[in-house]
Amino acid sequence: MNDPLADVSPSPEATGPLLEVRNIHVSFTGRIGLGAGLIGKKATVARAVDGVSLELQKGEVLALAGESGCGKTTTARAVMGLERPNEGQILYEGEPIWNDLRAYRRKVQMVFQDPTGALNPRETVYESVAEGLRIHRVAGDERTQVAEALSSAGLRPPERFFLNYPHELSGGQRQRVVIAGALVLEPHMIVADEPVSNLDASVRGEILALLMELRRRLGLTILIVTHDLGLAWMVADRVAVMYLGRVVEIGPAEDVLIHPKHPYTKALLDVVPEIGGAGRPILTGEPPDPTRIPRGCRFHPRCPIVASGRAQKLGILGRCTDQDLALEEAARDHHVACYLTELGEEP
Amino acid sequence: MSLLSVKDLHVTYRTQAGAVPAVRGVGIELSRGEVLGLAGESGCGKSTIAGAILRLLPKGTDVTGQVMLDNQNVLELKPGRLRAVRWTEASIVFQGAMHALNPVQRIGDQIAEPIVLHGQAGEREALVRAGSLLEQVGLPARRLKDYPHELSGGQRQRVMIAMALACNPRLIIADEPTTALDVMVQAQVLRLLKELQRELGLAMIFITHDLSVLVETCDRLAVMYAGRVIEEGPADVVFRQPAHPYTRALSAAFPEIGDARFRMRPSGLPGDPPYPADLPTGCTFHPRCPQVFAPCSHVDPPLFDVSPERRAACLLFDGAPATVNAAGGTVAKEDQPPAEEQR
Amino acid sequence: MKPTIERPAPAPEPEPLGPLPIPKSAKAIARTRRKEAALRTWRQYRKSKMGMAGLGILVFFVLVAIFAPLLASRCELSPTCASGPILSPPSWQYPLGTDDLGRSVLALTIWGSRISIIVGLAATLITVVIGTSFGLVAGYYGGWRESGLMRITDWFLVIPFLPLAIVLSVILEPSLTTVILVIGITSWASTARVVRAQVLSLKTRTYVERARALGASHWHLMSRHILPNVGPLIFANTVLIVAVAILSETTLSFLNLGPDPTTNISWGTILEFAFGGGAAFSNNWWWIVPPGVAVVLVVLAFTMIGYALDEILNPKLRAR
Repeated sequence: MNDPLADVSPSPEATGPLLEVRNIHVSFTGRIGLGAGLIGKKATVARAVDGVSLELQKGEVLALAGESGCGKTTTARAVMGLERPNEGQILYEGEPIWNDLRAYRRKVQMVFQDPTGALNPRETVYESVAEGLRIHRVAGDERTQVAEALSSAGLRPPERFFLNYPHELSGGQRQRVVIAGALVLEPHMIVADEPVSNLDASVRGEILALLMELRRRLGLTILIVTHDLGLAWMVADRVAVMYLGRVVEIGPAEDVLIHPKHPYTKALLDVVPEIGGAGRPILTGEPPDPTRIPRGCRFHPRCPIVASGRAQKLGILGRCTDQDLALEEAARDHHVACYLTELGEEP
Repeated sequence: MSLLSVKDLHVTYRTQAGAVPAVRGVGIELSRGEVLGLAGESGCGKSTIAGAILRLLPKGTDVTGQVMLDNQNVLELKPGRLRAVRWTEASIVFQGAMHALNPVQRIGDQIAEPIVLHGQAGEREALVRAGSLLEQVGLPARRLKDYPHELSGGQRQRVMIAMALACNPRLIIADEPTTALDVMVQAQVLRLLKELQRELGLAMIFITHDLSVLVETCDRLAVMYAGRVIEEGPADVVFRQPAHPYTRALSAAFPEIGDARFRMRPSGLPGDPPYPADLPTGCTFHPRCPQVFAPCSHVDPPLFDVSPERRAACLLFDGAPATVNAAGGTVAKEDQPPAEEQR
Repeated sequence: MKPTIERPAPAPEPEPLGPLPIPKSAKAIARTRRKEAALRTWRQYRKSKMGMAGLGILVFFVLVAIFAPLLASRCELSPTCASGPILSPPSWQYPLGTDDLGRSVLALTIWGSRISIIVGLAATLITVVIGTSFGLVAGYYGGWRESGLMRITDWFLVIPFLPLAIVLSVILEPSLTTVILVIGITSWASTARVVRAQVLSLKTRTYVERARALGASHWHLMSRHILPNVGPLIFANTVLIVAVAILSETTLSFLNLGPDPTTNISWGTILEFAFGGGAAFSNNWWWIVPPGVAVVLVVLAFTMIGYALDEILNPKLRAR
């Protein structure tokens, strides 16, 4: 009846963002054998996250989208504290999370891509959900808390599931158990890494609807990592598109997904299959390699604007190939990292 | 000019837990050069059909019905003739194709293998043909010498397609060929499949759970649920105006970006796709159906015409010929009491 | 254009948490679960003929070891008490004949089972404890800890058993403890490697990540997620280690590197006497065969049990 977003939309005058990610860098170094090291070979460094800044307001849903290898999962893991950035800071309610990771973990929880792997096959549903309570030694009746969490996650009546093992449940039910395990600690924020991509298509909607309901009922803030822009359209307030370790476009979902301002976002949207979809431009080549990040704008080798010659005509080609750039505000709350913006052009 | 004609196919696996009916009476008609999409989720039987057409299912599986491939019943062929038919008449691009390559054999040899096995050419000629096949799928011929691990996921998928084309089949069955690929690579592979299909006049059966992919590549669409086809018709019609409630729910899982009806409104089906060993009575979809009404729990509708070019298996539509009740006996529609009284 | 998508019927109101059927505390739930899991494993194990045969043989020998005093008087072992004829072949009075001191070979074999089995078990305990600790810490932490521990492990892996055993026996007082220590020290390295490999693979499982995300400490992760999942592997491995330990003890005793053989009879010492007494070349087969057969049977029993366990615990080996 009421606009479900009315009471949770962030107001700009509210206290600062709930989560702040400031220019984090996460790199992975390959291994070098002793012999190779002696002759001067350097280990390959993969810059999975190469300068990402984000903000999440309380109660909003931000979708982090991109292809595989773009760094979105690594960013999510850094936000969860599972990966320590080489540079940069992550602040929750103004405090760096690495000051007290344990306390942070009570407020921010994660939902994983593979619900089967995320549950210990030797533990019952009850024990998997209760684990968080035991780790943090939460006071109160454990049984009631577990039952409430399972119930919130849509498994009713909860007692029926207590003694089940993961292999006795369906994919959708397992994911609900993982969600219950996250809810039992009454977190303020949930980081969901591809929460439905391993589930059957008809089941996905229910799990997404569950996340939306939890956001409404419990005021949760959600960071959702996905490669599926359709999913972002269904559930996200804002969308951040990542490419090779950077955010290349970020803004409200309606803006980014309908009027994209970055050529990569546009290419991703064009490629979504639909009726009569033949003849759209498709980017050539494979998703690129984080060990070999191109000079200048990291998207320029695959950019259709460059390939079609339009960049040259507009006079920005030199900078595209040579000068790296950061996010600039293209419209209200809509930031893009592309030289087209300052010319006021659309991709 | 029917290339493939499957009639009343039933496939039952024999497992430790008993008989599992994976496919329960499926019929498919495919003409030369036609592309049919087979959509459905896990447990619906679509991959089983792919295996059944070429008799690649595990030993002991019960397969009954008719699979007429170019006027030969595949299910009754002798082993020698069956081997000759496999790959030369119809080939498969497997699910998880990226792992279906032999890691210690060069890809050139792997593509050439079926050519040599079917006696179509000697080894050297086969390699030359493999090279031209690679070019056809968009890879340079010099990569014949590479090993699978030197290729990316998308490239390996292209190699699988090249292998499927090796013996010039007339039918290709593609079982989830683009699952697990990035959207961009998926688009490339789909485009490649379409081009090849057009150029070579291939018939294709495209199996996937992603309805939106099918609507782009297929002429006709058949949606499967619990071992049966529950809706069938021209691809764009089925996608735009789904008749069966399941098809509607499935297409809602792949919303059109920009369509305000889907904004902030994810909806799916309660419950899970049924286990083939444990099917509900009546219409197998009824426990999850948003439009379920009284007879659905004990009447199992067959596939029938709901419009000139479309068939669906749903009691919401009039015109079901004789319907079958849960006990297996036939009940003429006129004999059924009106829906409201059937509590 | 797609037709309007109707929302599915609203989910039924959640049922209130009324009185629960069987009141169970969290601990009781855990206990039930463990009992059920153990029963399931046992039922599966029962189906394996090899496993049951091995278990039967093992139980037989363990009972023999436990009830040795009832089966043959201790006095029989002492040369002073022995009253039988020297080197007489099997007869009604002496079912397995006598040795060169007139002792019943049957009595010797029965009593010998005690030391052989006890040493085997004790040495295995040391092996498993050291090996698992090394493997667990090395695999879990990685980095310099892993490198350091694994280098030590490699060292012990490479040292040949016999020379080390000889050296240690000479340096240390020859006693039962020494034998146990020697066997333990030389065997733990392969367990460490096996455990480390398994830990490395488990570390990457999503449920371990999930526990980390929940805020688990290292200790919690190791004890609640990694160790229980390594457990079955260790158990199957242990069973084979016992077999090897018993063989090793037999070898050491045979070479007279063990404790004083006059007071500590084990199958190995019997073999040593028998061999020394020329039983292998003369016709006194009854002296050398029984202890040898006993060792073989026990080792075989452990191997069969290990094989059956491996089939159960390693799902990939299960026949379709």
